[in-house]
Amino acid sequence: MTWSEMQPLLEQACWDTLYMVGWSTLIAVVGGLPLGVLLVLTDRGGLLQNVVANKVIGQVVNVARSMPFIILMVALMGFTRSITGTTIGREAAIVPLAVGAIPFFARLVETAVREVDGGLVEAVQSMGGNTWTIVRKVLVPEALPSLIASTTTTIVALIGYSAMAGTVGAGGLGDIAIRYGYQRFETELMWITVAILAVVISLIQFAGDYAARSLHSRGGRSGPAPKLRLLKAATADTKTV
Amino acid sequence: MITTSGLTKVYRSRGREVTALDGVDLHVREGEVYGVIGQSGAGKSSLIRCVNLLERPTAGTVTVAGQDLTALAGRGPRAGKELRQARSRIGMVFQHFNLLSTRTVQDNVELPLEILGTSGKERSRKALDLLDLVGLADQAGAYPAQLSGGQKQRVGIARALAGDPKVLLSDEATSALDPETTRSILQLLRDLNRQLGLTVLLITHEMDVVKSVCDSAALMERGRIVESGTVGELLATPGSQLASALFPVSGEVSADDRTVVDVTFQGEAATQPVISQLSRTYNIDISILGAAIDTVGGLQVGRMRIELPGRYEDNVVPIGFLREQGLQIDVVGQGHEGQESVLVKEGAK
Ligand SMILES: Nc1ncnc2c1ncn2[C@@H]1O[C@H](COP(=O)(O)OP(=O)(O)O)[C@@H](O)[C@H]1O
Ligand SMILES: [Mg+2]
Repeated sequence: MTWSEMQPLLEQACWDTLYMVGWSTLIAVVGGLPLGVLLVLTDRGGLLQNVVANKVIGQVVNVARSMPFIILMVALMGFTRSITGTTIGREAAIVPLAVGAIPFFARLVETAVREVDGGLVEAVQSMGGNTWTIVRKVLVPEALPSLIASTTTTIVALIGYSAMAGTVGAGGLGDIAIRYGYQRFETELMWITVAILAVVISLIQFAGDYAARSLHSRGGRSGPAPKLRLLKAATADTKTV
Repeated sequence: MITTSGLTKVYRSRGREVTALDGVDLHVREGEVYGVIGQSGAGKSSLIRCVNLLERPTAGTVTVAGQDLTALAGRGPRAGKELRQARSRIGMVFQHFNLLSTRTVQDNVELPLEILGTSGKERSRKALDLLDLVGLADQAGAYPAQLSGGQKQRVGIARALAGDPKVLLSDEATSALDPETTRSILQLLRDLNRQLGLTVLLITHEMDVVKSVCDSAALMERGRIVESGTVGELLATPGSQLASALFPVSGEVSADDRTVVDVTFQGEAATQPVISQLSRTYNIDISILGAAIDTVGGLQVGRMRIELPGRYEDNVVPIGFLREQGLQIDVVGQGHEGQESVLVKEGAK
């Protein structure tokens, strides 16, 4: 294969991956953020303490999170069809990707929000703030550096999931690597794909780290905390990918 | 201004019960600085947190500025609108400042105003005024992490004042600060109390804090208030632990061959003629072991420790004479011993 043959393939694949990962990250953040906050609020001693709700949400999140993605994808086919009208293509892949990423992100949000100093919550309560004010003005802003690190972790995990979605016709870089690299022995193309992935993942982690750290240094604390957590979360979660 | 009656708080966790407050009756008058002192675990934080109902009392009532807060609290664990409104009129400062690290100093002070729904322009005007009041006008744009402990507490105080409270609650506000900074923060609280007529309820384990700013004080032990009153009243109470801790005099204690007594006098009372009169009348040798004059809670107080020869029983008449002169007499040692030690040790920590 010549470069001029490879180039359009790679370009399309990059766009497809970006499209899938972008949308599913957005949905994961929109869905996982409230879920993660809710997990903290409904916990024992929380502002909206509700042991039953907490147990139910927690269990659903745990099960969904530890479900192997490939199984989730197959299991959700009916659901996917009812939403997108098809089970193949990049739009269809977004559904299982988002469904898998929501609980993944929710747990990371939960951890981040739990780390917010309870004294701050108390301070806002003493000013007469309600729960919603506390979420908006304390929990989310104070957890922001960690939340950004969590988003980075989620994006990287989603790139991994999306490669798997690629195998069932969703397109993207994973699809290229498998179809050309594995099935047609186009080793060169496969290595280029690997290189692109490596660069993209590094860039995302670098950008995420940078954003988290610049927020942190505005708060005056030194940098390594969010990065450590990011690494820990990433290694802890690779098994589900 | 603040009244609690029969305030009781029992924490239940995993089947264990801890009674942190055991029927506390507290009365803080309008415009005074009231200190509650006690060892750690005595229930001080529980008390102050019950005053604005951050902690739900198990029993008893809390009234602040004529409003029964316990009645506003309702049944559920969450604070209703009325309670939240009442809280916004009670300022609170914390030991660890509790400033939002992602907001600038000015934005931290504006936070209570945002909650009250004040408009943006009014908010920033008010925040800058308050920062000026606490002496931090030049730090409005800084982040809390860039400030020293004392500066952070000043921001905490400015923030607590944003809602124009009549009452300020302070839970160990100076305990994380060095002595120098502690003094300046206490001075600030005192000034605010005078300038704004602010009623201050402060919690501390340091006797010096009570000594330098409080008009009244209470001693807490195991969830109960064991002594309370204005500083003047306390000093005039024979055997008061708070008084002897507020104003310790050193010297030996009574023994078989001597009786040691502390003579306390307030204001202009002259002891010198009384002592010499005592000596002449009863023909005894009196040695002065120690004496001090100090200002406690704005009162001039003098205390003298004197030694009379012979056992207590031999000195009942001379001691009676001193009491007749209107002086406060505490016999030191032999059953009275150790009164001051608990708090002095605690304050020295
Ligand atoms: N949230 C809580 N749950 C259980 N026990 C508590 C809680 N808060 C305080 N206590 C207990 O109540 C007692 C009084 O505590 P506290 O009011 O913090 O005292 P202080 O402020 O005087 O040190 C202590 O025995 C403490 O362990
Ligand atoms: Mg305490």
